This record gives sequence, structure tokens and C-alpha cells, in this order.
Amino acid sequence: MLALADYLIVSAILFCLSVAGIIINRKNVIILLMCIELMLLAVNTNFIAFSRFNDDISGQVFVFFILTVAAAEAAIGLAILVVLFRNKKSINVEDLDSMKG
Amino acid sequence: MFEQVLFYTFSGLVLFAATMVITVKNPVHAALCLVLAFFSSSGLWLLLEAEFLAITLVLVYVGAVMVLFLFVVMMLDINIAELREGFARYVPVAALVSAVMLGLLSTIVGHANFGINSVQRVVARASDYSNTKALGMSMYTDFIWPFEIASVILLVAIVAAITLTLRKSRQAKSANPSKQVAVKRSDRVRLVKVPSEPQE
Repeated sequence: MLALADYLIVSAILFCLSVAGIIINRKNVIILLMCIELMLLAVNTNFIAFSRFNDDISGQVFVFFILTVAAAEAAIGLAILVVLFRNKKSINVEDLDSMKG
Repeated sequence: MFEQVLFYTFSGLVLFAATMVITVKNPVHAALCLVLAFFSSSGLWLLLEAEFLAITLVLVYVGAVMVLFLFVVMMLDINIAELREGFARYVPVAALVSAVMLGLLSTIVGHANFGINSVQRVVARASDYSNTKALGMSMYTDFIWPFEIASVILLVAIVAAITLTLRKSRQAKSANPSKQVAVKRSDRVRLVKVPSEPQE
């Protein structure tokens, strides 16, 4: 018999792994985008687990919207990445300082 | 029992794949490991009886988003060695941060609050229960307004992605309609008086 806590802990570990991935791969934009996808996956798993154990379908509707927004985000992020690589010949985060931010 | 075996297999696969994503050298391998993570978490979602979303995850994420990722990774000519420098230096920091975070999170979401004896219990579904139908009923009634906004977001994403990457080709031939409309007769027609050839 599986408890809600089992699913929640798995997605907590997944979230922490992707935070660690963002810290150790801080130069590679592609891996950073992948880590964001992993974070969203962890959040979605949380949503679905709560939806199942509380017997409320609204959680799954929210997962649907998160999937939509994540797909849009990945498309725009990769488009920006392609344009960036075309102009700078690099995807290193440290080279992206032309806005002096 | 069988459910538990499946749960531990899938969650082990998810965590293994996530670890590989953040540690492998080659971005192509990272993308493939991410595909494995998506597949096994769709197995987890099936265990939670969210069938529609599990299939959607495989179709949309593995079928579209990850293929896009792979395309971009393979198109860009990346110097991996340069991007990997400082990798080992940040591993202790990352381990510390994520360990602290995991410790805090697991005190909240652990078995003390959400364990087997807590309020939340799985409700058995009737045999004619359809997850897709329930999702659709909720989405097209209570959540119709967010649903429309989501479609607008997708449209904006399409337009943004295309305009960002569109490049004017040098050989492309196109007409400028405003110039075509503004043209006058005097710009195009020139009357020339040609003397006729004298007859012999």
C-alpha cells in the first residue's frame, strides 16, 4: 500500500537533484533548460499525487496547463538559444554579458 | 505488492535518469537520459491513475519537446570542455544546497504528515470511470477561461519562436505591397517620340 508521502518524497528528491544540476552546470544553457524541465516534472508529479489522494480532478487540469506553458517555454528558450549561438558562437553563460546586467 | 514493485522501479529509474542528466558530459546523452526520466515518470503517473496525462507526457514531451532539444543540441557546434570547467568545484556546494533542501522538504512531506495513516486515502474508482472524460468535463466547464489563455500562450510561443529564428534569405523574392499600391503612371510609362523611317 503506497502512501501519498512516497510520491511526494520521490518528487522532492527529483526537485533537489535538478537544483543541484543548475548549480553544477552553470555554464551550459542547454543543461540549464533541461534542469528546468526536470523541476517542472517534479512539480507535476506532486500535483497528480495530491489530485489522486484528495480525489479532486482540478490538480490534473493544472498539470495540463503546466505542460502547455512548459512546451511554450522550451520552444522560445531554444529559439533564443539558436539566435544567440548564431551571433556569439557560444552558449557559455559567462559570455552573455552584452546587456551589462 | 505488485504496485510497490512498480513504484520503486519507476522512481528508481526517474532518479537515476535525473542524476545522469545533470552529470553526463555530452548534451546529447543528457537529452536521451531526460527522455528516460519522462518515460519512467509517465509510468508513475499511470500508477496514480492519471492515464490521459501520462500519455500526453510521452506524446508531447518525448515526441515534441525532446526532439526539439535534440535537434538544437546537434545543430549547435559546442565546445564541451570549455563548458565543463569549474564542474568539480561546484559539486560540494550543490550537494550541500540540495541536501539541506531535501532535509527541509522531507520534514514537511514525509510520512509524519502524509503517511499511510494520514487523512488522505486512495479512493477506489468505479470500473466505468474515465479519466479523460473527467478531465474534459472539468476543463471545458470550470477551467474554460484558463484553457483559452493557454491556447493564446501557445499561439504567442509559435509567433515568437518563428520571428526569433527567421532569417531573410538573400535569394528570396518578395513584393512590397505598399510600394505597389503607391506607384503612379508616370513612374512606369515613358512616352517616347520615335521618328518614322523615311521611305526610299
